[in-house]
Amino acid sequence: MAAKRNLDRWAPWIFLVVLLLVWEFGVRLFRIDEFVLPTASASFRALYDNFGPILMNTWPTFWTTMVGFGIGIVVGVLIGVLIGSSRLMYNGLYPLLVAFNAIPKAAFVPILVVWFGIGVVPATLTAFLICFFPITVNVATGLATIEPELEDVLRALGASRADVLIKVGLPRSIPYFFASLKVAITLAFVGSVVSELTAANEGIGQLMLAASSTMRVPLMFAGLIVISIMAMVMYVAFAALERRMTGWAHRGMNMPG
Amino acid sequence: MSHPAFVAFDRVSLAYDETSGYAVEDITLSIGSGEFIAIVGPSGCGKSTFMKLCTGLKAPTQGTVRVDGKGVAGPLKIVGMAFQAPNLLPWRTTLDNVLLPLEIVQPYRASFKHKHDEYVARARKLLETVGLEGSEGKFPWQLSGGMQQRASICRALIHEPQLLMLDEPFGALDAFTREELWLVLRDLWQERRFTVVLVTHDLREAVFLADTVYCMSRRPGKIVARRAIDLPRPRDLEVTYSEHFIGIVHELRAHIGRVRKG
Repeated sequence: MAAKRNLDRWAPWIFLVVLLLVWEFGVRLFRIDEFVLPTASASFRALYDNFGPILMNTWPTFWTTMVGFGIGIVVGVLIGVLIGSSRLMYNGLYPLLVAFNAIPKAAFVPILVVWFGIGVVPATLTAFLICFFPITVNVATGLATIEPELEDVLRALGASRADVLIKVGLPRSIPYFFASLKVAITLAFVGSVVSELTAANEGIGQLMLAASSTMRVPLMFAGLIVISIMAMVMYVAFAALERRMTGWAHRGMNMPG
Repeated sequence: MSHPAFVAFDRVSLAYDETSGYAVEDITLSIGSGEFIAIVGPSGCGKSTFMKLCTGLKAPTQGTVRVDGKGVAGPLKIVGMAFQAPNLLPWRTTLDNVLLPLEIVQPYRASFKHKHDEYVARARKLLETVGLEGSEGKFPWQLSGGMQQRASICRALIHEPQLLMLDEPFGALDAFTREELWLVLRDLWQERRFTVVLVTHDLREAVFLADTVYCMSRRPGKIVARRAIDLPRPRDLEVTYSEHFIGIVHELRAHIGRVRKG
């Protein structure tokens, strides 16, 4: 058992190492040119050689993403509560949100540039636009799936809608909310980097664009690695927060009967 | 029973919408203060609709419902309810689940903070009477189904309602646990004498616990029989094996058989 649990814990790292080895030796074996696909070692070497510029561009990407994510949480929760607790809002607003979500967020970037100019604002807003939807859907689901009997129990006590929302609805939707944060934070990185690729003066996206124009492909891959490390770190942080905040929901799955 | 009527239904019908016809039709009955009644009937006979009418969660389409001398218009606050699913909140301990109604119902709500200790003591005592001492700090998912249902009944009673509504509360439990909880409910009622409306499929349960049993027909639900249960109290489980008890169950079974065919 202990050995198996150890294996579970190390599995992501083992798979990561295997992936890097396949990448490295695949490229070497098939003699792929560096300007098509650099080896893993060349990409990490580019990361090491350009550490200063990469770090300088990582910070803007990180904070625009986090600001966009923060706005996404606030707006996502507000709309989620609205459509989760009102039938009218659910019927009226939800289809519009689905339609909105279907628009590729990259298509918003040129519009945001017209409105706000090149810089951090389009990146922040793109991150926000792409990440609020899963939060909204999850919060609304948590609220809309209150057991009708439970609502009857409370309403028979004279509870107002606000009482039901505060005592039952919101605590009940907390696990849904935290589950959505993990998805939303990774999406927020997608949003900010996509925006930086066309409409920024700095950031990892901009660095990659500059590297592309000079055919420095290993540096582009170094950029990708940095983005995915940032997203993974934030994902793990929010997964840990989720476990701390909603232990009851996870242990609840093992309940007898 | 010479109690004054606590709940009075006068020719009550309810249709949920205009096309579906009546869910319950022409119900007239009166429940005395402190009386324990049971409603039995086939599935989908409108038993739950009856509960909603009684508690003011639904207004009748025709007729009047009076509780405690007043016409019912909107949810009543003197009611406690428990259902087949215990519906405890998984993020609250057993004790906090039982305290929930006191956070909502006046006058407790206003004094919940400064009389907190008093209310906690009351909840602990109630949990003790149903055999849940020692489980106050546990979460619902750490309790068995029977224990969850005990906690659910405590939650229905903590604000000392005058009317307790039970909608198949023991339906999901095994036979032995069910009989244990009959005794718990019997003792609570014997001690406090609130009015009880018990909706159930189980004829033995109805006869064992109730003063009066009503049989409902299939949709639209009508009262087709009323049977006063003249077994002496307090009743023990032994009584369920007596001929008189079995005779009453048979009699009710015949009514149900007729409405199922009809």
